[in-house]
Amino acid sequence: MTTHAATAQPSYLVDTGKRKGLLAWLTTTDHKRIGVLYLYSMISFFLIAMGVGFVMRLVQLTTFQKLITAQTYNALFTLHGVIMIFLFVIPGLPAVFGNFFLPILIGAKDVAFPRLNLTSWYFFMAGAILAVLSLFTGGGAPDTGWSFYAPFSLKTGTNVSLAVFAAFVLGFSSMLTGINFITTIHRLRAPGMKWFRMPLMCWALYSTSWIQLLATPIVAITLVLVILERFFGIGIFDPAKGGDPLLYQHLFWIYSHPAVYIMILPAMGAITEIIPTFAKRTIFGYKAIAFSSMAIAGVGSLVWAHHMFTSGMSNLATILFSLLTMIVAVPSAIKVFNWVSTLYKGSIDFQPPLLFALTFIFLFAIGGLTGVMQGALAINVHIHDTYFIVGHFHYVMFGGTGMGFFAALLYWFPKMFGKMYSKTAIYVSWFPIFIGFNMLYFGMLILGMMGMPRRYYVHLPQFHTMHVVATVGSWFLVLGLLTYFGTLLYALFKGPKAEDNPWGGVTLEWTLPSPPIQENFETIPTITHGPYHFEQESK
Amino acid sequence: MSQHAEHSADLNTVQQPEHPAEHPGYGTFIKVWVALLILTACLVGMSHVSQTYAVWGLLTMTPLKAGLVFYFFMHLKYEGPLLKIVILVTLGTLLIFFALLFSDVAFH
Repeated sequence: MTTHAATAQPSYLVDTGKRKGLLAWLTTTDHKRIGVLYLYSMISFFLIAMGVGFVMRLVQLTTFQKLITAQTYNALFTLHGVIMIFLFVIPGLPAVFGNFFLPILIGAKDVAFPRLNLTSWYFFMAGAILAVLSLFTGGGAPDTGWSFYAPFSLKTGTNVSLAVFAAFVLGFSSMLTGINFITTIHRLRAPGMKWFRMPLMCWALYSTSWIQLLATPIVAITLVLVILERFFGIGIFDPAKGGDPLLYQHLFWIYSHPAVYIMILPAMGAITEIIPTFAKRTIFGYKAIAFSSMAIAGVGSLVWAHHMFTSGMSNLATILFSLLTMIVAVPSAIKVFNWVSTLYKGSIDFQPPLLFALTFIFLFAIGGLTGVMQGALAINVHIHDTYFIVGHFHYVMFGGTGMGFFAALLYWFPKMFGKMYSKTAIYVSWFPIFIGFNMLYFGMLILGMMGMPRRYYVHLPQFHTMHVVATVGSWFLVLGLLTYFGTLLYALFKGPKAEDNPWGGVTLEWTLPSPPIQENFETIPTITHGPYHFEQESK
Repeated sequence: MSQHAEHSADLNTVQQPEHPAEHPGYGTFIKVWVALLILTACLVGMSHVSQTYAVWGLLTMTPLKAGLVFYFFMHLKYEGPLLKIVILVTLGTLLIFFALLFSDVAFH
């Protein structure tokens, strides 16, 4: 653990090249710096979208609205969805922690294509700027929801074309990152780093990268077709011209359902790193977890049409996709059982990253089980387009990916910045996050079962009580999140210096100084055993 | 640092894909180009027969043309087995997408 004792290289945070300060960061090809650039960008976007969601909940405090107009409400839920999906959860963990830690975890000095990596960040930022521009140009903020369903997206006077183009540009960022990670894992593993010696985060990133590479071009082409249809009326999706709106839904979900696994798989990978470290024992079922990541990526790409059970598909397709949806629950459950089995009889060291990892498991399990419910055709018809879907989605994406992101940030923050945060403040932030989260989103599940449709500006009196509960929950949640980010921000500037290995981790990043040196390793390590080799366990 | 550099050199030696010395000549490229022209002509011809022919022509000949481009012009023929497997996985995924899509479209 002290291989870095005589490091000659400075930390990656120190400017040593010709350029200094902001310019050095904006032209960097260091994977760690690029990961940090993504981190700052994404947290900014997350806070903006959180604010939008907060206003949306305030709107539902009364049965008859006065706060904003219905059109503005439509724009807000579109904005909330587009920012959260395309600018936070899809790129979230791969772009931040994948970029920062993938090369380190496999014993490499950088990703395979460092310049392409920086280009990906610029594509990401260009897409984000275009998305923001779409709010204030053309016909104003899009009002379609993040799914841009045809034929409404073809007819609405709002600025759908630019928003869709922004998503197209963001897709390029995603594809290029996918190519980079796949190549890095294939070509740059350290000597002795065999496939089954890689930390499981790498397997999760590898699976994710394949989905990014294979599914993103489909939505990219589909979005271009929407633009062409809006400008030239080519009639691919418009039924008035002989087009098929169901085809749009198919093409959109062929990407956008696997995108859910782009979002969740890296979070699962991070959780798989955290649990052995704090249980002080090797992961239970290494190969089962590795293969389940690939299985989720594979089967998860074949379930897209469960979003369309009420859209008028053929009976054969609905039955087939219902079956496939049930199957994808199996590899997800394998992971959950393996995490719990790893904790069983472990020497548990209860620290903030583990708290958030356990929160992930709890909330993701609720999200997953409500997902299986929706996979059943009869239930799906009842709850389609209700708040149940919104609640389920947030349990998976926020309770899953979001909590996974927060857990990963707590786990790797000391390594990334060389600073330690106040654990007490993080524990304090957890309570309002957990309570508020469940008030808000379990409230939505109940509202959905009661029949409250999603995306409605007003609601009937019988839904009012649960709407109030959910809105109050959102206040707790926002309070907790601000405390969480405030704690980390404070630690960044005023926090005490972190130890090189504050958690007693055994994967390669914990052999490096905090923060890591510029080329990661003074000497490329030779790997002789699996990733979770705890000495106390092997005695 | 010298040890570091040595390791990097080792890594490069181990990890660079092996490119066999064999390279295609102009003759091969011209033959493939002619084949592509013939397939395009067939495709245009079939599209004039009926819409059904046009659809089947597109579904069969376009992948064939793309395959020739991949195989010869993009040098897939001269790559190692790993890259070929990667391409096959991609094509397999695409075929599965088609099959599942047709489970809806064909049974509307």
